[in-house]
Amino acid sequence: MSGHTTLLKVEDISLAFGGVKALQGVSFSVEIGEIFSIIGPNGAGKTSMLNCISGRYQPQVGGIHFRDDEITKLKPNQRCHLGIGRTFQNLALFSHMSVLDNIMVGRHHLLKNNFLTGGLYWFTGARREELEHRRQVEEIIDFLEITHIRKAQAGTLSYGLRKRVELARAVALKPDLILLDEPMAGMNQEEKEDMARYIIDLNEEWGMTVVMIEHDMGVVMDLSHRVMVLDFGRRIATGQPDEIMANPLVKKAYLGEEDDALGDEEISTEGVA
Amino acid sequence: MALGSSMRPCGDFRTTYASDMTIFATPVTRYLVIAGIGLLLLVPLFGSPYMLNLLIQIGYYGIAALGLNLVVGFTGQISLGHSAFFGFGAFASAWLNNSLGVPVFFAIPLAGIMTMLVGLLAGIPAGRIKGLYLAIATLASQFIMEDFFARANWFTGGSSGAMAEYLTIFGYTFETDQSYFYVVLFYVVLMFTFTSNLIRSRDGRALVAVRDHYLSAEIMGINLTWYRVMSFGLSALYAGIGGALFGHYLGFVSVEGFTIILSIQFLAIIIIGGLGSIYGTLLGTIFMVLLPEVMEWSVHLFSDSMPDLIQSLAYIKEMAIGLAIILFLIFEPEGLAHRWKRIKTYWKLYPFSY
Repeated sequence: MSGHTTLLKVEDISLAFGGVKALQGVSFSVEIGEIFSIIGPNGAGKTSMLNCISGRYQPQVGGIHFRDDEITKLKPNQRCHLGIGRTFQNLALFSHMSVLDNIMVGRHHLLKNNFLTGGLYWFTGARREELEHRRQVEEIIDFLEITHIRKAQAGTLSYGLRKRVELARAVALKPDLILLDEPMAGMNQEEKEDMARYIIDLNEEWGMTVVMIEHDMGVVMDLSHRVMVLDFGRRIATGQPDEIMANPLVKKAYLGEEDDALGDEEISTEGVA
Repeated sequence: MALGSSMRPCGDFRTTYASDMTIFATPVTRYLVIAGIGLLLLVPLFGSPYMLNLLIQIGYYGIAALGLNLVVGFTGQISLGHSAFFGFGAFASAWLNNSLGVPVFFAIPLAGIMTMLVGLLAGIPAGRIKGLYLAIATLASQFIMEDFFARANWFTGGSSGAMAEYLTIFGYTFETDQSYFYVVLFYVVLMFTFTSNLIRSRDGRALVAVRDHYLSAEIMGINLTWYRVMSFGLSALYAGIGGALFGHYLGFVSVEGFTIILSIQFLAIIIIGGLGSIYGTLLGTIFMVLLPEVMEWSVHLFSDSMPDLIQSLAYIKEMAIGLAIILFLIFEPEGLAHRWKRIKTYWKLYPFSY
């Protein structure tokens, strides 16, 4: 965590679907070099938050800033140029493509050829460009240890491998901020350990800032620099993992603990951050 | 097949990325295809006009079907108006030549580009709608263009049709089947190579990404609207070139030829050949062009014992196409390309199954 400069700043986001208020006045910021986790019970608005940052949803109120850019109204496909990549909670691979092609799609915004120059391949530099990017993609493949499946059709892979390919595809975007939506859901212990190691390496060696949604508290508390807790679309706490663990509001949200001392007005307060 | 295993023969190691990114899986395949094209070059020397006619048909229908496969098979959209683009290409090329005096040599690619512009226009709905709604929208463009063909006398000659001159280069006229065959072969090789390159480069991957998972494609920086519309434009380009080749082959383009039936036949070609397969398109076209001929041969074969059969030949041909589509949908929905792959795998692994 060098310099403590803000990479992502989310200001007072509210998102509603008809009468359902998915997010209500959520604000937080992510520093460069952080692993920032968003946790909360089911339906708390974690994925909605991620969708706002990646552009799938546009919040009705509030603003999102990435570095110096206001990105609230940008289309999803315009955000990867700025350096935002993401993975999905449910697998979202291009299942009929090979693993290699899946990852190459991640390079889309870095490649320059169009359908015409691509079709003329040998004469327009498309081949050279493909080769250059293939080399860089191979580094990602090597890093995530999926060399043995690079030519396999993505749809035929096991769940754990697909998750890894999805991470590879997001890494191929060369993002500064990578959004991981439950990277370890449905994995066994060994796969979780591998994934945890990749996330740490991405953060420390590849210099990516990570925003992660995860339900495995052991993983969250071990990996994260800071954690934000959402409940019913509101932020109830932000802080370092041990502070969050000790926070009574968080306990209440997760365990439904009866505690008369905590009134509604307290829920909207700053938390521990 | 096991994870990540390829059909590469034993001992065929790849030492450069370039050798791993070729169009053909192995050098042997490449040499076989080149040898095949070489053999085709010899066909006009000894082939009968009938055989050449069939090959030329396979050529221009194959190019147009490849365009449809781009939009349906690769991008995962539906188009029921492909024959209108095919027709537009034929008329455009004839019109460029007759009215503006553009030599046929240039008129064919120009007609392709004109058709592409029309295709981009007709593809605009694809930016917003999908599935059945898009099917209806493309159906509408089919009928609008059919109507346009019938009314636009300046462009198509209206109900009397348009004359299309033969292709002439440096005073040599391609008026025989023997010579025109080379023109069609050139375009087939050109368009199929172009497509193979397209699919293995940036925009081709983007098209397939839009088909497989458009939401994550968008996150990868792919502009969904542009690629959906572009695939229509591209498909029209192919249809236009196929249509132009068709027009200058027959020498006459008439309004009646480009109906919804032909659009359905193009769809049948790519379903039978294999959606999302380049060589499958060619296999499908060969199948669809030869099927009526095979029916005719077999009817003549049985004509001694059943003389009434010849009268119903026309129906038998149509029914055979319908039957073929149904049988393929039931038994081989992934088309001839997939069947071919399975045959290859079978021989590769014999006597084992996996």
